[in-house]
Amino acid sequence: MPAVSMTVNGKAVSGEVEARTLLVQFLREDLRLTGTHVGCDTSQCGACVVHVDGIAAKSCTLLALQCEGAKVTTIEGLAEPNGPLHPMQEAFREHHGLQCGYCTPGMIMAALDIVRRRGNDLDEHTIREQLDGNICRCTGYHNIVKAIAAGAKNMGNGGGSRQAAE
Amino acid sequence: MTATNSATGIGAAVRRKEDFRFITGKGQYTDDVVRPGETRAVFVRSPHAHAKIKNIDVSAAKKMPGVVDVLTGVDLATDKIGNLICGWMIHSKDGSPMKMAAHPALAAGKVNCVGDAVAVVIADTLAQGRDAAEKVKVDYEVLAAVVDPAKTQAQGAPQIHADIARNTIYQWHLGDAKATEAAFAAAKHVTRLDIINNRLVPNAIEPRAALAEYDAGTDQLTLWNTTQNPHVSRLVIAAFVGMAPEHKLRVIAPDVGGGFGSKIFIYPEEVVCLWASRKTHRPVKWVADRTESFLTDAHGRDHVTHAELALDANGKILALRARTIANLGAYMSTFSSSVPTYLYGTLLSGQYDIPSIYCEVDAVYTNTAPVDAYRGAGRPEATFVVERLVEVAARQMGIEPAELRKRNFIKSFPHQTPVIMAYDAGDYNASLKKALEIADVKGFGKRKREAARHGKLRGLGFSTYIEACGLAPSQAAGSLGAGVGLWESAEVRVNPTGSVEVLTGCHAHGQGHETTFAQLVSERLGIPFENVSIVHGDTDKVQFGMGTYGSRSAAVGMSAIVKALDKVEAKAKKVAAFMLEAAEGDIEFKDGKFTVAGTDKSAAWGDVALNAYIAHKFTGAELEPGLKETSFYDPTNFTFPAGCHICEVEVDTDTGKTTIVNWTAVDDFGTVINPMIVEGQVHGGIAQGIGQALLEGAVYDKDGQLVSGSFMDYSMPHAHDLPSFNIGLTETKSPSNPLGIKGCGEAGAIAAPAAVINAITDAIGTEQLAMPATANAVWSALKRAQPRQATEQAA
Repeated sequence: MPAVSMTVNGKAVSGEVEARTLLVQFLREDLRLTGTHVGCDTSQCGACVVHVDGIAAKSCTLLALQCEGAKVTTIEGLAEPNGPLHPMQEAFREHHGLQCGYCTPGMIMAALDIVRRRGNDLDEHTIREQLDGNICRCTGYHNIVKAIAAGAKNMGNGGGSRQAAE
Repeated sequence: MTATNSATGIGAAVRRKEDFRFITGKGQYTDDVVRPGETRAVFVRSPHAHAKIKNIDVSAAKKMPGVVDVLTGVDLATDKIGNLICGWMIHSKDGSPMKMAAHPALAAGKVNCVGDAVAVVIADTLAQGRDAAEKVKVDYEVLAAVVDPAKTQAQGAPQIHADIARNTIYQWHLGDAKATEAAFAAAKHVTRLDIINNRLVPNAIEPRAALAEYDAGTDQLTLWNTTQNPHVSRLVIAAFVGMAPEHKLRVIAPDVGGGFGSKIFIYPEEVVCLWASRKTHRPVKWVADRTESFLTDAHGRDHVTHAELALDANGKILALRARTIANLGAYMSTFSSSVPTYLYGTLLSGQYDIPSIYCEVDAVYTNTAPVDAYRGAGRPEATFVVERLVEVAARQMGIEPAELRKRNFIKSFPHQTPVIMAYDAGDYNASLKKALEIADVKGFGKRKREAARHGKLRGLGFSTYIEACGLAPSQAAGSLGAGVGLWESAEVRVNPTGSVEVLTGCHAHGQGHETTFAQLVSERLGIPFENVSIVHGDTDKVQFGMGTYGSRSAAVGMSAIVKALDKVEAKAKKVAAFMLEAAEGDIEFKDGKFTVAGTDKSAAWGDVALNAYIAHKFTGAELEPGLKETSFYDPTNFTFPAGCHICEVEVDTDTGKTTIVNWTAVDDFGTVINPMIVEGQVHGGIAQGIGQALLEGAVYDKDGQLVSGSFMDYSMPHAHDLPSFNIGLTETKSPSNPLGIKGCGEAGAIAAPAAVINAITDAIGTEQLAMPATANAVWSALKRAQPRQATEQAA
């Protein structure tokens, strides 16, 4: 079986994978990082969103081997263990932007990418449009939109010592 | 109430305890659980909607790398594993029982829908399992399929199950046919509608999963499962499927990523995983891929209805009549029979004082996935019928929709409807009035004219819904055919150090019970919110409970906690009496302190808890040590949340696209424990209701192929499809539980579809519009539109 090496949440990792092994499978099964979830088989639900070299990517639509040498950040990498939460994570809690929690890691990772591309001052319309790649069945998105707007703003105020990208 | 409690007590928008693990990726969902030696199950599923199985050849598959075993329905029958069941008996008009076809977990000689499982591969890895599954050779003799519920009873339609003529499960009715007929004969105006309540796929974002493990040393089976009701699953799998004695089966529902009803039912996959784990002595895990979810999760809705409303000259409703065909799919799922009967017909009075109602429902088999409860379960279907009839009647009679409703609202309580339900408390005028204000209905005309100047059509739609939930008083449910009681259980376990664990038979899969239940306990006992933990989901830990669905956890689950807390308080007072050397009757308990009345002698909660367990202040003859009490609470009635939703839309006549420009919801849920969580439930429910009205629809072609079988083809609501919502609350407490709670989980999904369709039909000036009202559907309706006729239908 081919070998693969990458950096995940700042740690160098490697493993043996089949050519057809998806990045999400490598993360969940080999690295036991189960915060990234699988919700569909057509790359639409967004539960699997991680950052690869600083950019949001659907880990269900990447082969593990495609990430050879890449820097990957998952939801588990946003905050130091025992450290403060990332402002975007805090915002989701503060604004009740989650119910069952299953879409939440992908939502948060996608939200960070919206901030990266569109800045800290996000209006409702922009957030709704930019969430095209993430499906939530529980919240109706109302509070997710509020959470993302607040999280983006707090990131802009210097909140959070650890940026998601790199 | 102390300052601490008011910030975390009943009515406070406390931030959720459960969030930490979800926002950090530390949730533990079923697929996150890994057991040593775990194998993966891959099901071989029928590609045909209706076929005989001539032969299954597993020999090649068995030889594939990593394969532990390959099993079929023949093996299942040899091992005497029983069939899945529907647990709610419905009788037809002629008194005969419903016709429940056999539903084995792996097909026995015949498949009846696409996705029906015929074999299972157990392999070391998922990839190996998939490779081997492709080598299983199934020889089918394809039969003609029938998928349309309106056609499945016709002469010449394929008969799906032996001995079940006309694919008819039951022919049920409710109400007074004669009185209703007489009322229609005397009516000044009759409104008639043909309505299809479109079939939906629940699509919780976490797919269903099951992980079964057999311990040969103790002959114990453990099942981790995405279930909303672990004890019910355990009971059915033990007693009806006959997998194992109940006490030898443990069911664990860990974190579950959404249910909406679809995870209530007992499905073939968990049965097969349990059986296979005992056969192979290896843990067996199955996780649905989304395609499998589309094919095999119980679908929702799928009613074809002809409905009529009879009114007098002043718009007073005299009677309502409905004839419905309910598609239950290829097999009767666990609660399927109840949804189009006692969860539907009994709500046809709506918020209105209707003297006569008659409802007939035929439930039928088709070669499609089984259909069962999905958020609202019967009440969205009822509300759509009632609220469309009322809105169309208003238009036909030239009466303002809000006014027609006001003329017919029930105004005094209790109110016995003609369809079993006795509404105990409500104020429908109050929610309507508040909704009219919030929605600025007065300004609508101006907004409509302004929109028209830009070539857009604005419309306004009402939905004044009521529903029956807080399932349910057990005796009443039993008399209606339920095979189980619908009470709820709670054990309140006070620890020696004063912290409290509450073991609840409910199960949270997004509803925030770890927070809301703790708010109740914290306030009642006067202890910090952080010192209360809620335990659910494990049949080894928690006493029997009925689970979470039917908007029951607060109304019934919390009531059980209240009753247990009553017992805890009573016992704690006894302990305090010994500690304070006073008479039990002189002990008062307030804000976490026990005081001897009229003195300043007191004992703190923590000291009393410790003393209960150290037991030095009393003898065993005087009082048992310990402080732990249980209650099994049976509600005295359903609860009746109700409210008014107003939807304002703007339709683009060039594209047919509907934009929801304003959504107002004013709901009466009785007592609200956490308004933030309640609003979240309303948001989510409305989103699913809008999804039904504008976007979603499970479509089978004539051969029974599910053509809407992925998120590519089935239009799930995305953030840009939905507006933000304006939520208001009114309150009339429920008199049928100690906290006055009505429940809120399903209300949005119940109210919303009618509001949307009422709004669009208002905008485009025609009633000929089916759900989902996609851009194409609306555009086509506009093309076909006739001027709206005031059809005065005299009897």
